[in-house]
Amino acid sequence: MHGSRLRTLSALTAVTLTAGYALAAFVAPMDADQGFMQKIFYLHVPMAIVALCGFVFGGICAVAHLRTGDSRWDLRAYVAIHQSLILGAGVLLTGSIWARASWGHWWVWDEPTLVSFLIIFLLYATYTPLRFSIEDREKQARYASVFAITAGAFVPLNFMAVRAATSLVHPRTFDSADNLPGAMRSAFLVCLLGMALLYVTLWKYEMASKHTTAQLRALKRKLTADTDPHAPRSRRSAAPELQVR
Amino acid sequence: MSRAVGALLRKELRLELRTPQVIPAMALFSITTLVVFHFALQANAVDGPLAAGVLTVTLLFSAILGVNRLFVADQEEDGFDGFLLAPVDRTAMLVAKALSLGTFLVVLEVIAVPAFALALLEPALDGEVLAKTALTLALADVGIAVVGTLVGALAVQTRARDLIVPLIALPLLLPVVIGTAKLLAPAFAAGGAGALPGRWLAIVGLYDLVFGLLAYAVFDFLLED
Repeated sequence: MHGSRLRTLSALTAVTLTAGYALAAFVAPMDADQGFMQKIFYLHVPMAIVALCGFVFGGICAVAHLRTGDSRWDLRAYVAIHQSLILGAGVLLTGSIWARASWGHWWVWDEPTLVSFLIIFLLYATYTPLRFSIEDREKQARYASVFAITAGAFVPLNFMAVRAATSLVHPRTFDSADNLPGAMRSAFLVCLLGMALLYVTLWKYEMASKHTTAQLRALKRKLTADTDPHAPRSRRSAAPELQVR
Repeated sequence: MSRAVGALLRKELRLELRTPQVIPAMALFSITTLVVFHFALQANAVDGPLAAGVLTVTLLFSAILGVNRLFVADQEEDGFDGFLLAPVDRTAMLVAKALSLGTFLVVLEVIAVPAFALALLEPALDGEVLAKTALTLALADVGIAVVGTLVGALAVQTRARDLIVPLIALPLLLPVVIGTAKLLAPAFAAGGAGALPGRWLAIVGLYDLVFGLLAYAVFDFLLED
């Protein structure tokens, strides 16, 4: 996806995010006991949900890669996991700030949602080192996909296991209807949509960038093919390399 | 399939019997770790959750040593090529490797658990405690063997295999660690063993099942060449 469609998507994302946070800041009621600090909820929770969905999406792309052997699916899985990792760092950061403000500690160990997110983040942090340490491109893609599928299945299972060690500190967002009053809920949903759109936009941008790089490399190779059969290889990268002819 | 698994398993066990390498290393490592715990915790005897944690961590780290070595011989001596040339189902390799890693773990536990009971455990290791420990560790071993085989096969092809194994295996095995620690804590309680929490048995069992199926589904792709 290039040009105008990408531009429309970016504009839509910006509008939704702005609207969501305007709703959250001005329309949604102030939380009775946390005050203004509770507003971080509109950033932290959508980010966490989108990051986890992104990890699972990466796993689904990896399944498609193993089934079809098409390296574009590998690239999609790579970009999905990459973007989710960036969001994941944001989740841990905002979660920590919120925990400090409302529970008084930067990190709370008896809190299953926090801990399971950290475990998943640590697991996915090994995705890039794993890719880096396999030289052969084709093997690298296949092994990375196996990892992405295993880790993708691990996401829900891990949440279940850690959550079974029950704790009541962390609020469940939608476990009952009166958890979120009307205005808060609609503001939250708009923020969630905005965050999902942001994820999709960033994903598309990175995909477009990777495609352009691959095309540029192919063109360069064509230009230098006659004079220099051993054109210099570009910098080593963990990202999958697309073959464009 | 079962013949291929049998042949592969015999090969693994014969290798280990002729040149004992992995099991002595794991056993020695586990006992050293117990000594390290004794000094690090500055405790002569532990019980309850602390004892459960010490045993779980000791066994897990020793298991990582076994996972590190699981596929090295096949990689260095071209065992993979030989296996791929044979007209057998590739899943046989997964089953045989998981079974052999499971066997190593059981042997390790036969050595490490009594050593732990003698050196650090406060309550006596009587029949009831032993039965509960055995049940818990059996469930944990299945999970560690399956995930260890998957991670070992993944890591052996990388340049940094000894670095990759613990990095991937430890987060993946954390549900097993949580479950084992929760199950062992009441068994090692100072005032007599409590009942095993059924929920954790179910969670560790479910983990074994899910990762067993998952490993079965993806393992073939790790052998293609």
